[in-house]
Amino acid sequence: MMNTQHAAQQFTQATRRAVAQTERRAVIRRNIGSYHQKVAEGKRRYANWAAARDRAAARKQQVLAQWDRYLEAFEANVIANGGRVHWAETAEEARRIVLAIARQHGVRSVVKSKSMVTEEIHLNAALEQAGIEVVETDLGEYVCQLRGEPPFHIVTPIMHLSRQEVAVTFRKKLQVAASDRAEELTQIARQRLRAAFLRADMGITGANFLIAETGQIAITENEGNARLCFSGPPVHVVLAGIEKLLPTVSDLALFWPLLATSGTGQSLTVYNSLIAGPRAGGELHVVLVDNGRTRLFAAGEQREALRCIRCGACLNICPIYQNVGGHSYGTTYQGPVGSVITPWLRDDDDWSHLSYASSLCGACTDVCPVGIHLHHHLLANRRDAVARGRDAWWQRVLFRGWLWVMQSPERYRWAGRLATWAGAVGLRGPRGFPMPVRRTFRDWWSGQR
Amino acid sequence: MRVGLFIPCFVDQLFPQVGIATVTVLRRLGLHVEFPESQTCCGQPAFNTGYWSEARELARRCARVFDGYDVVVAPSGSCVAMVRNFYPALGVAPPPVFELAEFLVRRLGVTDVGARFPARVTYHDGCHALRELRLKEEPRTLLRHVRELELVEMDAAETCCGFGGTFAVKFPHISGAMDEVKCTAAARTGAEYVVSSDSSCLMQIATQLRQHHPTLRTISLAEVLAST
Repeated sequence: MMNTQHAAQQFTQATRRAVAQTERRAVIRRNIGSYHQKVAEGKRRYANWAAARDRAAARKQQVLAQWDRYLEAFEANVIANGGRVHWAETAEEARRIVLAIARQHGVRSVVKSKSMVTEEIHLNAALEQAGIEVVETDLGEYVCQLRGEPPFHIVTPIMHLSRQEVAVTFRKKLQVAASDRAEELTQIARQRLRAAFLRADMGITGANFLIAETGQIAITENEGNARLCFSGPPVHVVLAGIEKLLPTVSDLALFWPLLATSGTGQSLTVYNSLIAGPRAGGELHVVLVDNGRTRLFAAGEQREALRCIRCGACLNICPIYQNVGGHSYGTTYQGPVGSVITPWLRDDDDWSHLSYASSLCGACTDVCPVGIHLHHHLLANRRDAVARGRDAWWQRVLFRGWLWVMQSPERYRWAGRLATWAGAVGLRGPRGFPMPVRRTFRDWWSGQR
Repeated sequence: MRVGLFIPCFVDQLFPQVGIATVTVLRRLGLHVEFPESQTCCGQPAFNTGYWSEARELARRCARVFDGYDVVVAPSGSCVAMVRNFYPALGVAPPPVFELAEFLVRRLGVTDVGARFPARVTYHDGCHALRELRLKEEPRTLLRHVRELELVEMDAAETCCGFGGTFAVKFPHISGAMDEVKCTAAARTGAEYVVSSDSSCLMQIATQLRQHHPTLRTISLAEVLAST
């Protein structure tokens, strides 16, 4: 999926463009601002948010500790429920599996509910190439599809757009006379999507949680479109990352409100479905996607990021995400968690620049509902990038030299003086930062003795 | 109590007045402070860039320099966080370091250092002080006890200023955009000074203020506390 240009260069150019768009940044700030208000209210409904978070973290960690066992239990229970399970090690394999199911049933039209893993494996393009119509039925994703854009955010795919911009998209792409009233816009989408639901012969959804104990698939949504995707068409295909497991169905009592609160500030998302087997006369296929997740597991402490429930809280709090926006990353998963996992999930390019594109402020770690130490993992990613020789040679030389200077107080003093002289002849630090002063603290200290 | 002074390298080289103010405050409280002159850098730039073996050598060095002190005080949340929270990741036992406000309020139980600073100020939480050391109230408690000082909170006091060490150099455009958001919030308070425990944040904030809000200045917490 990469152009000839490297991901790092693309990121620098995209972020440069993004920060220059002050109006776009204002829209994002406004949308994120109302999110923060709702989440703050949502957290106040908890007697003890920190305890809920610790519990959730421990539960997901338990899954990772016996990952193989939970996966096998889930598989066995799906089969016992009458469903079928497919294992996909790569994106390519996952696409092939879905295409084979579609061909087998002569599928011509697919309705999809929101799913980041299908974005990750570029499923829509593969289906369309095979001559199959795909319609995104989540309103935000539908707008993305009309605009030919990837989601801007893992939870709120069009958070960068104003209502007016959505109206323009509808007028242009659907050839309708639409005002920018929200009710009118949703009615237009509703009419189009109803028709798509009726003609679809396959429904594709993601999964928020996979329940090992029962083989159930838990889907969380606000619009009711996912329900229509899996209950209308005769064939339902679920795509899910292999980290989506929870041990038991009672875990949802903790995780459903946690996801809703961190994701949107709701106490519970509007529709929560549990699918235990195919609909009468239909088929249920579950495609379990690895696509680099086991690579992340093998990485080391960063495996903690496999706890992620994709709530988007770390994106919303991140001052970098707020200023550069989701599209600049060039990844399926944006923001802090995306920067932690993408270098492991994707081997099509070097993505370690994302680990450096952080001021390490740690706001992400504070809001993560499953206690992932995101900014510490960015540090670990940097360490690993250097260990794997992904750093620039001049930077390595620079730090060797810097170490040599810092190992001796005399060399340190002389390096400071040299920089002072350089400053005296007009040299400035990067971005106009000051140069060392003539009389340092230690000069003052030795002088006053 | 044997008190060692840890003056981060960029404070020593760029903002010596912050180190001097730290000494002034501590001496005013009757403490005898020592400055081991063999100290250089805590290793944070290397650590944050991924050069952990280089960082480890300086961490070992720093731990040796401050060996034998009961407490080590530094006017920087960032460098204290590096020593206390990240040295263990390098396998180095950290010396007992404290950020200045943390040392005064938590360790000594002092909230009034006898300072006077007639100005309206707003406080910027450095990320390391706030999220690694969990210092939120301590600097504010000290400021509230400064005579003739009015403390006003800005929106987004906890939002990063965008410095982040090498981040500011590697991604100057993102860093600058973050700085702009920060300084707009600070300027809206009508304060005359942005105060912080971290001179690196203040250096970043000052770049933006010089261009867009020339009436708003920066000053370190140590300097405010040293003023009479």
